[in-house]
Amino acid sequence: MRLFNGQEMFALDDLGRLFDLTSREDTLAGGLTISTKTQTITLTPGQTLVSAAGRVVSLPAPPVKEGRSWFLPIDFVPRALAPALGTRLDLRRPSRLIVVGDLRVPRVTARIEPQGALARVTLDVLPATPHSVSQDGARVLVRFEADALDAALPASPVADLVQAVRVADPPVVVAIDLGPRFASYRASDAPGDRGAGRIVIDVIAQTTEAPQPPPAQPPVPLPPAEPPLLEATPTSGLRTFVIDAGHGGDEHGARGAQGTLEKDVTLGVARRLKAAIESRLGGRVILTRDSDQTVGLDERAAVANNNKADVFISLHANASVRASAAGAEVFYLSLADYGAQAQRVAQGESEPLPVFGGGTRDIELILWEMAQARHIEASATFARLIEAELRERVPMSPRAIQQAPFRVLVGANMPAVLVEMGFITNPEQEKQLASDGFQASIVQALVDSLVRFRDSHGLQSPPPAPPASGARR
Amino acid sequence: MLRRAVPVIAIAAVAAAGAWLLFYALPRWHGRDRIAAPAAAPAAAVPERKITATLYYIAEDGMSLVGVQREVPFGDPVAEQARRIVESQLGPAQQPFAAAVPEGTTLRGVYVTERDCAAGTANCQRDAFVDLSVEARTRHTGGALDELFTIYAIVDAVTVNLPVISRVQILVEGKEVDTLAGHVDLRHPLEKNLKWVKTEKEE
Repeated sequence: MRLFNGQEMFALDDLGRLFDLTSREDTLAGGLTISTKTQTITLTPGQTLVSAAGRVVSLPAPPVKEGRSWFLPIDFVPRALAPALGTRLDLRRPSRLIVVGDLRVPRVTARIEPQGALARVTLDVLPATPHSVSQDGARVLVRFEADALDAALPASPVADLVQAVRVADPPVVVAIDLGPRFASYRASDAPGDRGAGRIVIDVIAQTTEAPQPPPAQPPVPLPPAEPPLLEATPTSGLRTFVIDAGHGGDEHGARGAQGTLEKDVTLGVARRLKAAIESRLGGRVILTRDSDQTVGLDERAAVANNNKADVFISLHANASVRASAAGAEVFYLSLADYGAQAQRVAQGESEPLPVFGGGTRDIELILWEMAQARHIEASATFARLIEAELRERVPMSPRAIQQAPFRVLVGANMPAVLVEMGFITNPEQEKQLASDGFQASIVQALVDSLVRFRDSHGLQSPPPAPPASGARR
Repeated sequence: MLRRAVPVIAIAAVAAAGAWLLFYALPRWHGRDRIAAPAAAPAAAVPERKITATLYYIAEDGMSLVGVQREVPFGDPVAEQARRIVESQLGPAQQPFAAAVPEGTTLRGVYVTERDCAAGTANCQRDAFVDLSVEARTRHTGGALDELFTIYAIVDAVTVNLPVISRVQILVEGKEVDTLAGHVDLRHPLEKNLKWVKTEKEE
């Protein structure tokens, strides 16, 4: 291909070899006749109009003769050669491809935009093409169901997060090479214009700085409340998150047949979840453990209570005597197993007790170890949101949402759930639980459910904190 | 002769009174939480007598418990019958079911406490304490669902077959434990809960 007066041109000899063309020059008239097996194309020097297969088409520039060689504007191919050949020829300028026939060669145009703690990679795909997104080590791969890609991929402005976006091998895969700051990613699809598709991949960075301020939220007017109790009523919204990586240290938890340990899976997901929440929701994220250490069950809930967490998520992997058992499950506390007293607490019943100076006051008494009783409704809402988000991404157990008397939940003084991500005793699920892609799917489901919970939770009046005692007249 | 016999009779009388005080009267006076006979001793019942009880095993798909009718030895009093039931529950499962309690777990004892049972039956509450060997923890799969199955197989086997017992607390090696495998709260006695049981199946 050569450039004449700013116009890209193909050498006729090259096209002749490629498409089996013969050409004949009329030396007297100065014209050029190009023949396919069945049709002819006639060109005239200095003229942009061409006769092709009995039709007149226009080219952006006239053909050029240099020495003994002819050069034709590249638009000659789709406009004149295609009707003469009776086939479809697509010219893909960015990738310098000529696409012959009905091959599936979607055009992929990428944009990479830094957005705070994440880099957004947008792929516009024309026409919209089925694809899958997965993580393979330090790469996120977008695999298209196509024969080739016509890709225009820019350099990355945030090399420490996204090193490069490039066409990988096989050439129907766009690879996003991840930089050292990578923590997790999330991918979503959106319809584009005129049959185009859009894939948005947010590459989320690890957060090592001080906790970021929460994103600005419209102030939510609190409903007129009773006079404050001993503590000020907490503000709405989610600001502090406690993520509990189940087991750890001496307590391995469950173990897969290939040796995968529950405590390692839970810690891996907890770390990813922390980074994802910090970048997407902002606020403070605290892990009950950030290494392979033994932490007591009381201590885990205490971390959440002492930091006044707004939500508590305990991460686990399940195990069964049956290797076939599979699927994720979401648990919240069952009060029924704790007897009538706990249920009275949950229903907000109080006891009238005599006070100094005469009369009585209704005193709400809550055992600290039963703090979760106040939050059962909110925990149920949160559990249902998680279950719905997980169901879109990972296999679910027939018992997808359940209540149980779980020790780590009962003392948590905030909405609290326990997520069993899958059965580590199932050979297929053991591989999944250890894989980056599956862990990223779990994290994405949890972050999305937190966003939905925040949006619904912010409109509610949060339940009063259960102090050792609170009084109201 | 008579003079030598008097001290012996007196000593025997004092010993009898002491034994009565120690083993019968004091426990009754001690208060509402009376510990009934520990049931680790061999049964005084007729050995060939049997009762039909529902025991619980893990279903083929691993997702629920299944109730199975089995014959278990008769026992009396209630703590002894509870011991017989739990011992049978700890035995192997029949195909196609799987044992809910880890293999190798043995029963160290069953104790039954009574509360408010002396005054009448209206408020009478009996709790059973089932003391398992350490294998219940060390040989457990570690799964939360399996842990629920282990615990509720025992709780339901006792409370379904012995309606006079309202709650069951599981001990390990004679001690209260937080959990068996890191999930289910065992610090309190648990009530019957059949939501983990799919359907009852006749053997």
